[in-house]
Amino acid sequence: MTFDPADIRAQFPILSRQVNGRPLVYLDSAASAQKPRAVIDAMVRTTETSYANVHRGLHTLANETTEAFEGARESVRRLINAETTAQVIFTKGATDAINLVASSFGLSLVAGDEIVLSEMEHHSNIVPWHFLRERKGVVLKFIPVLDDGSLDMEAFQALLGPKTRLVAVSHMSNVLGTINPARAIVEMAHAVGAQVLLDGCQAIVHAEIDVQALDVDFYAFSGHKLYGPTGIGVLYGKAERLAALPPYQGGGEMIGSVALDAITYADPPHRFEAGTPPIIEAIGLGAAAEWVMSLDREAVMAHEHGLYRRIKERLNGANWLTEIGTAPGKGAIFAFNVAGAHAHDIAQILDRYGVAVRAGTHCAEPLMRRFGVTSTARASFALYNTLEEADAFADALSRAQTFFA
Amino acid sequence: MRMLMTGAILAELDDLASEFDLLGDWEERYRYVIDLGRSLAPLSETERSDANKVRGCASQVWLVTEPGPGGVLGFRGDSDAHIVRGLIAILLRLYSGRRPDEILAFDARAAFDRLGLKAALSAQRSNGLFSMVERIRRDAEAARARA
Repeated sequence: MTFDPADIRAQFPILSRQVNGRPLVYLDSAASAQKPRAVIDAMVRTTETSYANVHRGLHTLANETTEAFEGARESVRRLINAETTAQVIFTKGATDAINLVASSFGLSLVAGDEIVLSEMEHHSNIVPWHFLRERKGVVLKFIPVLDDGSLDMEAFQALLGPKTRLVAVSHMSNVLGTINPARAIVEMAHAVGAQVLLDGCQAIVHAEIDVQALDVDFYAFSGHKLYGPTGIGVLYGKAERLAALPPYQGGGEMIGSVALDAITYADPPHRFEAGTPPIIEAIGLGAAAEWVMSLDREAVMAHEHGLYRRIKERLNGANWLTEIGTAPGKGAIFAFNVAGAHAHDIAQILDRYGVAVRAGTHCAEPLMRRFGVTSTARASFALYNTLEEADAFADALSRAQTFFA
Repeated sequence: MRMLMTGAILAELDDLASEFDLLGDWEERYRYVIDLGRSLAPLSETERSDANKVRGCASQVWLVTEPGPGGVLGFRGDSDAHIVRGLIAILLRLYSGRRPDEILAFDARAAFDRLGLKAALSAQRSNGLFSMVERIRRDAEAARARA
């Protein structure tokens, strides 16, 4: 296992392009990461050489593609250390994975049952639960976020009770970069008999995830933030949890047998994978998982932290800058506002300097409200970013600020 | 397709173009746009209502449409972002106080191209400006139908 930033960067074809006559500085990886050659090649290779529909095929191409598709499931299993591949469900993305749980697990809920979320959740981990509030009278409770962007764990303890059925929180915030104490959250929830779903979209990119060590009931993430393709995501579930879940969507692939008056369902994972899956995307995600596992992940994390520290040092003392999210041990996400400017202004000017950042609510309106802002700009770092890029960002931001001073 | 652009609105575009011709690189253009935004009269709190809000994502945009004498339409607008407010100031100089048929004959995208602000009117939902032009055109169509 190695990690050489220069070698890594060379594996991402897109990073050599220019934007507005300047070298691209891509700092929007928390929204979607770029893809390494290994992922692109795996998808092209399958498309060009052995593409067919998966499962139940009796010809060579179908067998080859099925093997690659199920091989991708095994790669993902190893990535998160799931017990079996039957616990790795391919979904359209993390949103789809959370909707699956909300829809299927939600069937067992009754009015007055409680679901605990947090103020820092992405809308994809809020809206599906609002459906249950609207449709079943489920009560939603939100763990408050402290001023530094960490969860108020005392308040969390107080929210838990005999009616708590599920705790659904982000493992790492897409805005604040806060890495939440997942193991403690799981223990506290289990102590009152509640299940736990972790939204791992950001966390899986930056840290080694072991779902067994976390003892988590459900873990959801998307492929495209993990250097894989869009259109594919994963829901991990404990075997006994998945066995108890009714199907999500109906269609081919997910049935045991179908008659005119009765139906039986397949076992997990196929019970939850109705219809032809995103085959090429799953294979791409498998390649991304293998690629990530080939890296020294501690070195990756140290590199990303180094980039974050660098911009903090470079922008230290800038009295026009406000950072949101300063929790200890946070990941390399920098959410900020510039005095006198809207985040949208800053993102537009930075783009002219070739620097790609995101601006807006980051699909986290409750969190924006919590910090009394309508939006923020956000620079998010990935393993392919360099110290020179951190400097370029700091320089461009300092210059952008002069437009509004 | 070449749009028919009538006198007054085209003359205003010529004025804007000559102002922008004096500017050098993109930094100067953006600074000028930001200055135009600063000189735009802000909408009142009550005018910044949900009804007047034009859907955007990253920034908020509001538009007030007011019928004027002789069938013209008056527009006032605002945004919480400086660059967008500046672009709104340009749009209002072009569109406000015109007749519906003038408004509908005008190609805003081509006008922004001419000012070297091509990217400003992208169809991205993050940029409320595109929706603002759509709303102005819808209001003009409605006014024309009533006339």
